[in-house]
Amino acid sequence: MQTLLFLILFPILVACLLLFVKRTTLRYAVVALSALVIGGASIYLLMRYAFEGAVYFAAPSEAVSLAMVAIEMGLALFIVYMGAKFRNYLAIVLAVVQAALVVYLETTFSENLHAVNNLFIDQFSIIMGLIIGIIGSLIAVYAVRYMETYHHHHPEVRDRQKMFFFVIFIFLAAMFGLVFSNNLMWVFFFWEITTITSFLLIGYSETEEATKNAFLALVMNLLGGVAFVVALIFLAATEATSGGIDLARVLASSDAAIVLIPAVLIGFAGITKAALMPFSSWLLGAMVAPTPVSALLHSSTMVKAGVYILVRFSPVFAGTFAGFSIGLVGGVTFVVASAIAISQSNAKRVLAYSTIANLGLIAACAGVGTHMLVWAAILLIVFHAVAKSLLFLGTGAIEHRVGSRDIEDMEGLIVRMPRMAVMMFIGIAGMFLAPFGMLISKWAAIEAFVQVPFGLVFIALLAYGSAITVFFWAKWMGKLIAVTRNQEKVEKGFFEEPWAPLYIITGLVVATVLLFPVISSTLIEPYVLAIYGVTARLAEANVAIMLLMMALLLILPVSFTLFRRSAKHLPAYMSGRTATTDLQFTGSLGLTREAQTRNYYLAEYFGEAKLFLPGAVVCTVLILASWVLAGVAL
Amino acid sequence: MSTMAFLKRSPWILHYDASSCNGCDIEVLACLTPLYDVERFGIINTGNPKHADILLITGGINAQNREVVENIYEQIPEPKVVIAVGACAATGGVFRECYNIVGGIDKVIPVDVYVPGCAARPEQIIDGVVKALGILEEKRGKMAGAARTKEEARHAEQAGEST
Amino acid sequence: MTWTWLIGAVLFLVLAPVIGGLIAGIDRRITARMQGRVGPPILQPFYDVGKLFEKESVVVTTAQNFYILAYLIFIALSGALFFAGGDLLLIIFAFTLAHVFLVLGAYAVHSPYSHIGAERELIQLMAYEPMIILAAVGLYMITNSFYVVDIAVSTVPAILYLPGVFLGFATILTIKLRKSPFDISTSHHAHQEIVKGITTEFSGSTLAQVEIAHWYENVFLLGFIYLFFAWNPVIGIIAVVVTYLAEIFIDNVTARVRWQAALKSGWLAAVLGLVNLAILSYMMLGGA
Repeated sequence: MQTLLFLILFPILVACLLLFVKRTTLRYAVVALSALVIGGASIYLLMRYAFEGAVYFAAPSEAVSLAMVAIEMGLALFIVYMGAKFRNYLAIVLAVVQAALVVYLETTFSENLHAVNNLFIDQFSIIMGLIIGIIGSLIAVYAVRYMETYHHHHPEVRDRQKMFFFVIFIFLAAMFGLVFSNNLMWVFFFWEITTITSFLLIGYSETEEATKNAFLALVMNLLGGVAFVVALIFLAATEATSGGIDLARVLASSDAAIVLIPAVLIGFAGITKAALMPFSSWLLGAMVAPTPVSALLHSSTMVKAGVYILVRFSPVFAGTFAGFSIGLVGGVTFVVASAIAISQSNAKRVLAYSTIANLGLIAACAGVGTHMLVWAAILLIVFHAVAKSLLFLGTGAIEHRVGSRDIEDMEGLIVRMPRMAVMMFIGIAGMFLAPFGMLISKWAAIEAFVQVPFGLVFIALLAYGSAITVFFWAKWMGKLIAVTRNQEKVEKGFFEEPWAPLYIITGLVVATVLLFPVISSTLIEPYVLAIYGVTARLAEANVAIMLLMMALLLILPVSFTLFRRSAKHLPAYMSGRTATTDLQFTGSLGLTREAQTRNYYLAEYFGEAKLFLPGAVVCTVLILASWVLAGVAL
Repeated sequence: MSTMAFLKRSPWILHYDASSCNGCDIEVLACLTPLYDVERFGIINTGNPKHADILLITGGINAQNREVVENIYEQIPEPKVVIAVGACAATGGVFRECYNIVGGIDKVIPVDVYVPGCAARPEQIIDGVVKALGILEEKRGKMAGAARTKEEARHAEQAGEST
Repeated sequence: MTWTWLIGAVLFLVLAPVIGGLIAGIDRRITARMQGRVGPPILQPFYDVGKLFEKESVVVTTAQNFYILAYLIFIALSGALFFAGGDLLLIIFAFTLAHVFLVLGAYAVHSPYSHIGAERELIQLMAYEPMIILAAVGLYMITNSFYVVDIAVSTVPAILYLPGVFLGFATILTIKLRKSPFDISTSHHAHQEIVKGITTEFSGSTLAQVEIAHWYENVFLLGFIYLFFAWNPVIGIIAVVVTYLAEIFIDNVTARVRWQAALKSGWLAAVLGLVNLAILSYMMLGGA
């Protein structure tokens, strides 16, 4: 238990310390050191608890719970203040409603708000802990140098780095708390903290757009928060049968119909946090935040809290129409968000849409909730966190060197920033190619959906969705590796330190594939086994083939040395026009022109304007349907 | 390398109209029609110099396309041959006195086979291609020989270095 | 016994280029006859590839050789997995990986024509992917296994349950065989508006590798067709031949469409497959 408490409390300590650190070098030292400690502690957690199954801890309750309520009230006041300052009355209304509901809950059902064990850990929590502890702290390390350069590039933005890193570490603590809490009141508390930290970090640059988007994120997440409290009230009111606010008891409850209602409400909170449609707009808006924020909160960890809670409740969803409906929200989001990603040329927006799409896929697995799907969902969480954080950090590094985050401007990156390009290449491959992680999970998901009644709907969504996914990733990859000529190499001179996290995460992308059988057998399979009594895994022969493919991919670059360097180099064919190697040619009237290539974005067919509304409408209907279905089941 | 000589069984042609009156071009295309069907000999009309073995040009060189002909010729991988089809391609033909005409194809790039006629008849064009195959084969032999000598020289050099 | 899978894989790796080349030769011959021509010798594709290996090595960038080699290797690998009786889904994913390498090779050379070819190839990929996954799922629903080895020995006449899936698969087969009306990214026929599309900048031995990969691919795809008829090997082989002849016929009587039409056709084919599967699962639920 000490490790759990340490992981929650230590980042808070570091956060407070960072409030007083002004110099970048010192800050770097503090952040790097604490990242090492946090990463080490999460690995210790793995070694200590990996083989123990679920372990519960009583942990101090009364005082802590009281403090949490006090902090929640304080946060509500803060939101009211900010809402008044920026005239966002919807945020005020939601914060007040939520606070009122919490007070109601605390006063009316105070005797029902006791969990036997407040903290717990099982294999799923370990996985989440590793993601937060390793990926999260690496991103924090990267952020130090990034923010320095950021302020260099944006002198107009007020330097609030002390606040920035304070919030980042508070966020890490909250995430640890969220995944280790067995008391749903605690989960809710940490949930609200992540909402606030997200709000603060999105609004970091204090521009009008940033503030607007920060409030958008706040309002949507508060909406989820309200649903969460309602679920808590319901649970407290039906404590006898549902198990109250004790997560383990709720999940073990024999009255499935009673538990389904809070599960759907908490699922709704998960949907808002995971930015599934129709709430996807807040995540897109959040892209105005500095890139490390996008990587940490809006891709690899915070939004994962949304799907974490969905996966936690998936035994409750399994086999119910309400769960199926929630799964469909995810499935539709997967297809629509992937399709919209085709039409985007801004790298961060592509990443955002792809994140939404993948969270949708995880939600689809969690909503349907058979044992194989839960296995696939957890794998998706792992692989997505690793590969996506790499892509975000890479995009940030490229933006600082190239001066643009447009994919078209990344053309020929393999010439200009070869190391960066290779890392991005691996990251993108991790998102959609065999034998990398995401694909393993999609594969498992297809195999699982086949065995589910009406699973064909999901198969269809997956089939179209993954075809679309191939298109937008491959064309980005193509841009990166186009061998352009006469381009200046701009890799040198970038700070060396930010590269270290990038190297490590790149290594992790490859390592997760190589180690995936181990990850699956030591962490995911026991978890699934403990809950469902059966477990899922890929056939050993297939695993061997995947490893063979990975080995081939690692060996193939050696072939570069075999190609004759003496091969004659000719410029590209330009219909007989004499062209220089950088595609300059003499056009009509003797003018020198440059041939340029641009990717297809097919906005006419896959544009945001065309697809967002239908997707949002369908998902809204499905969410409402999930409530109705849960109600009917009661 | 190989002594199999697949080259003459699979000549791919790039047809370029320099400044022809289209008379010869129609005859070149006639070769592809069922009546003459040059695909019988493995001949394919590709649109891409990087895939071609034979550059078949109709019409004479003019000031505008001079660079283009040079560029296309340059882009065809070795071994390659050039066939000048028709009187204009050989000498500039009836247009030779025009202010913009440079002359026959051989003013710019080396020509291996000349097919006479105005317009050249399909039979003659096919005949010219078959003749070109011999030259193509000869060039391939030379190229392979040169590569071998070069390779041997390199080996000898390495051997010399190591001793 | 346990090593029989290896025999299938090795036989494929050795024989597929021979069979694929012969099929290509027969294809050209039949096409010529349909057009009232004599056509080239049956062995013409081998002459062509042999010739390409004799040519000088010319590149725009050395990297292109790497991607094309990877393309060839992964196409051969996915075909070998298929004939070893492996998991269809894994095979499909390896197959996609191979094509992504081809596309990357075309991007790497940074040439206008191969760039357009690469984009169109990706559109093709997007067009056929849903249907190919649904075909695998359909076969699973009939035989309860994703393994080719189980599907191939199944005694259930899959085609009777999956006519829609088969028709859909035949549609995307036109895309995969690079035949008209869907030969939008490159073409075996003479001039087209994007020169040679995706293969524009590949020449000599690199182009030969693309060609050999295509032979491997065709044999693999015909093997896929066979699975629909696997309960009776004779009918199976006849069906494969008839399907291929039909593809040649369609190739000769249609003109190339635009990419929009190609994408819509591929996706509509998948809808056809879906309707088939929906009816099938309804029947299965009713029966259970």
